[in-house]
Amino acid sequence: MTRIAGAGWLTLLYKELLRFWKVSFQTILAPVLTALLYLLIFSHVLEANVSVFGGKVPYTAFLVPGLVMMSVLQNAFANTSSSLMQSKMNGNLIFILLPPLSPLELFGAYVLGAMVRGLVVGLGVFAVTVFFAPSLLAMPHPFWALAFALLGSAILGSLGLVAAIWADKFDQISAFQNFIIVPLTFLSGVFYSIHSLPPFWQGLSRFNPFFYMIDGFRYGFFGLSDVPPAGSLAIVAGCAFLLSLLTLAILRSGWKLRN
Amino acid sequence: MSTAVEVVNVARRFGSVQALDGVSLTVEEGEFFGLLGPNGAGKTTLISVLAGLTRADTGTARILGHDVVGDYRAARRALGVVPQELVFDPFFTVRETLEIQSGYFGIRNNGPWIDEILQHLDLVSKADANMRSLSGGMKRRVLVGQALVHKPPVIVLDEPTAGVDVQLRQSLWKFIRKLNRDGHTIILTTHYLEEAEALCGRIAMLKAGRVVALDTKQNLLSRFAGLTVRLVADRVPAAWQPRVLRRDAGTFFIGLDRYGDLEGLLGALRTEGIGIDELALQETDLEHVFLRIMSAAGAAGAAGNARGAAR
Repeated sequence: MTRIAGAGWLTLLYKELLRFWKVSFQTILAPVLTALLYLLIFSHVLEANVSVFGGKVPYTAFLVPGLVMMSVLQNAFANTSSSLMQSKMNGNLIFILLPPLSPLELFGAYVLGAMVRGLVVGLGVFAVTVFFAPSLLAMPHPFWALAFALLGSAILGSLGLVAAIWADKFDQISAFQNFIIVPLTFLSGVFYSIHSLPPFWQGLSRFNPFFYMIDGFRYGFFGLSDVPPAGSLAIVAGCAFLLSLLTLAILRSGWKLRN
Repeated sequence: MSTAVEVVNVARRFGSVQALDGVSLTVEEGEFFGLLGPNGAGKTTLISVLAGLTRADTGTARILGHDVVGDYRAARRALGVVPQELVFDPFFTVRETLEIQSGYFGIRNNGPWIDEILQHLDLVSKADANMRSLSGGMKRRVLVGQALVHKPPVIVLDEPTAGVDVQLRQSLWKFIRKLNRDGHTIILTTHYLEEAEALCGRIAMLKAGRVVALDTKQNLLSRFAGLTVRLVADRVPAAWQPRVLRRDAGTFFIGLDRYGDLEGLLGALRTEGIGIDELALQETDLEHVFLRIMSAAGAAGAAGNARGAAR
């Protein structure tokens, strides 16, 4: 028996990874298949009709990073929200609340678990869609793409945590997902460049943080983006920072978890 | 000996319900302590405060001197809790469950102790079975095991034998008794009063969020020394009405101070022409003490009792 002070959160992270790994058919393969279907349909319908980045990039190649990032974001959210919600509903959250885990440790383990799930699914989507646009392998700025993927998945992982703490039933989680997360990802430029939108919608898109995540991520693949990537990175990093503070404050307050 | 658990003036309100209303009590190291009370008395809320699952509105609680809020890491390391609800994580096997629970406490390589727990709880053959496939009694054993993975000096069991068969109850108590002998402090809530009578050295009784009695088992029993008559009849003689402890349809429980009083009761029954369908005489047990205290606390003056009893 070896006692390592402060190592409890690593076990929680391990448990979070094991949880989705044990049902990987549903948590990894299913979203990869969904993304592949999007690609097949949209690229087939739109390849000849849509011009992006002034025609410098074929539509299918443009679409792939968007789908990858969308999968990263949605799965990061799904991981924390469904894990915590299931624990709350089954009552086994008590096993995590009884040990000496600090709010920061809970936050770190859950959000890192979500990031890993998001990145694994993202890699899976990339692996099956890159065949349709092999030129993407020559990424000019891979670290930019990685930075946006890490920050974006952290943001959605935190959001999933907040949503699951707040929700009293599964209904409310799926409402959060269907009425907030899905519209914001779909309207963020996954499927189009915002330059193709009328000025009003283009302006509105700039208030959508998901737009900066997708646009910045895409910059890593093409060296091209709708807005300068440094600005996007600042906005996304700022969102990640503020949301982390908020989530930590909620965990510290014990709201709905230790009432 | 030092103090294992110290609760000072803890109050907690949920909406309009005052679940805990100024509870104070102390449990010394090595004690086997019983926490009794009817449903809704606040037993589980008190345990939740100790475990950091619920925060007290006012008052403080300490485990081995560690405040459960201010010094929660040390407090939780010192405490093992067996929850009342039969909860489990359906993703894992029994062994995985115990290994993961050890890990949350920062414990690695806990194999030998986990093997010992599995053996004592008669779970060896189920070690690699998924939690979902276990029966209720088996799941209960795993919950006990999970509470023990970090060898906590203080163990709290919240109605651990509710819905558990006799055989398991016996083996569970054997194990808990051994832990107590090995120096662990045990706090137990139970609905089975004979269980508390057989196991606990000291007992606190809670009612409506207050401590209405707190004493050693012997003192509680002798405080209400006497006998109880279980009488099945149409009614009870008028003069004996005040001594009825409890009425269950046509069954009356009547308190006597000594055997000699029985004659008076029989005389009164004969005088009033009341036929006896059934009559039995019982020594005082914890159940009767419990009933007397609860009915006394139900009357006015409950608050006074609580303050007087709390230390």
